[in-house]
Amino acid sequence: MKTRKKGTALLSAAIIVGTLTGATAQAQDKEFTIAVSIPAATHGWTGGVVFHAQEAEKQIEAAYPNIDVIVSTASSATAQVSSLEDLSATNTLDALVILPFTSEELTGPVEQVASNGTFITVVDRGLSDPSIQDLYVAGDNIAVGANTAEWLVEKLGGEGEIVVLRGIPTVIDDERIQGFRDVIDQSGIEILDIQYANWNQDEAFTLMQDYLAKYPNIDAVWANDDDMLLGVIEAVDQAGRTDIKYALGGNGMKQVIEMVMAGDERTPISTPYPPSMIASAIYMTAAQFAGQAPMRGSFKLDAPLITPENAEQFYFPGSPF
Amino acid sequence: MSSAEIATVQESEGFKIRWSDLAPFIALAVIVLLGALINSNFMSSNNMMNVITRSAFIAIIGVGATFVIATGGLDLSIGSMLAFVVGIMIMAMNAMAPSLGPWAIPAGALVALVVGSLCGLMNGLITTVGRIEPFIVTLGTMGIFRALITFMTDGGSLSIDRSLRAAYRPVYFGDFLGVPYPVIITVIVALLGAFILYRTKYGRHVTAVGSNSDVARFSGVHVGRVRTMAFVIQGFCVAVAAICYVPRLGAATPTTGQLWELQVITAAVIGGTLLRGGKAHIWGTVAGALILEVIANVMVLSDMVSEYLVAAVQGAIIIIAMLAHRFTNAR
Repeated sequence: MKTRKKGTALLSAAIIVGTLTGATAQAQDKEFTIAVSIPAATHGWTGGVVFHAQEAEKQIEAAYPNIDVIVSTASSATAQVSSLEDLSATNTLDALVILPFTSEELTGPVEQVASNGTFITVVDRGLSDPSIQDLYVAGDNIAVGANTAEWLVEKLGGEGEIVVLRGIPTVIDDERIQGFRDVIDQSGIEILDIQYANWNQDEAFTLMQDYLAKYPNIDAVWANDDDMLLGVIEAVDQAGRTDIKYALGGNGMKQVIEMVMAGDERTPISTPYPPSMIASAIYMTAAQFAGQAPMRGSFKLDAPLITPENAEQFYFPGSPF
Repeated sequence: MSSAEIATVQESEGFKIRWSDLAPFIALAVIVLLGALINSNFMSSNNMMNVITRSAFIAIIGVGATFVIATGGLDLSIGSMLAFVVGIMIMAMNAMAPSLGPWAIPAGALVALVVGSLCGLMNGLITTVGRIEPFIVTLGTMGIFRALITFMTDGGSLSIDRSLRAAYRPVYFGDFLGVPYPVIITVIVALLGAFILYRTKYGRHVTAVGSNSDVARFSGVHVGRVRTMAFVIQGFCVAVAAICYVPRLGAATPTTGQLWELQVITAAVIGGTLLRGGKAHIWGTVAGALILEVIANVMVLSDMVSEYLVAAVQGAIIIIAMLAHRFTNAR
């Protein structure tokens, strides 16, 4: 019953579209399939990626009835390779939007798909061979670290003692730390300690407790991800320490953006590394086909500071992240 | 007559083993001493309180794991089960908050205890009725629980209602006469565990099944029931840990409790419980949990180890502690 209803709705939608676009029906007749391959929601950020990919799928399919978007999630690099094989075996792909689990393992399989003439959009993590991709969309991890550091240097007047919590040993983590450290080293600010907390709230809480026990004075703390920042703040509040002027994160997690919007004094800013970049990538890929707007090249999303003034633009209340 | 005989045998045995039973406590003392030498802040009451309170989760779950391991079983699902129970508890509390107000907290805790015990029962029944290795069963349920919590949180986080947060916070951060509540709860759980294990018929059956299940079966012990019950105790302990866990950060995420199963099993084994079953040491497990937490704390407080090598040093210390244990055992 339900499917029949849906079928009728689809049919009538097609008729309406058909009559409305009667003149351009010729161009619209061709159907396009865009496959989107992304990591499954295993932590906050990838949860956001899945959310935004599904939102973009709905919006694009509503806006362009001749474009079919297929979103497929994978829980590991091997699973992603298999899902790529399945996708290209069961569909004729006009475009593939992929956020690769790892660069090395996915390069070959994506090249395979590209050899069939599929338009390739790579998101976030680059492939080992950039010549495979037609479009590259990514955030700027170095800027995430550097912009936070610049803000901190200015606010602390170029001196002070800070501690840093880093994530899981990966390129993303290395780049953020590198961008941050490069700027801090130019100033009089001393980094007392840097340790891994694996982008995990619990581990960040524990590590911050230990930092607080170890150092009697800490002017600011930077957790290179907002998930960890929530654990850090809990530890600082519980210890009742007032020497910490700033507790900063990064990534633009919903809860932290809410704090920024509310004008929190300890967390007045964040820096985006938005999971919604997957939506940017899907839209740009769709434009290539629907709008005949050329979209080849590299597109690097900036990491501007999120402040109370612009926080609204980075806030997605419906997103899990 | 025979029961009196058994009692005296047990008592003399208990006395004989006592020296090697002290090994985990000696190891703990050595590591604490080391910590005190490395950084003067280590012995500060604040730091000590933090570390002891933090170890409560692993210690409480460890009490349950001691039962499972003593029967010759193994539960790999505990970390994921904790995350799942935490998720269910938060959802239950949030749903009840509008009608029950602060009473939603004890009601949610009750839900957690029931759900946790049922999760344990499921592990136990599949293992015993289905006659499948507990390693495989719990590896499967580990994936199931982890996927469920990821599903429940949409990959993001699931937070407790703001109105309950303030009322619930003290369960982790508060104290009674200076002793934090999680520590009190740990002591109660461990006392109960020790009583059941050392003073009841069921407890004797646990070690009997673990040391030789065939002999136990021939002696009229219902092996399947004993093993299943151990898994239920494990599930119950996981729920108790969840009750202490939620007030700390007030949220569940897909990474909640990740790899805790390994920490819990390590704590039990460091504490003198035999991985092949037959020998259980509740207070040793508690000491093991403290050892793990203190090592991690000392690593951060010392400046000697590069951040990249922390895990290697932790691993080495655990192995050295086990070797020392073996050495004292052999004597």
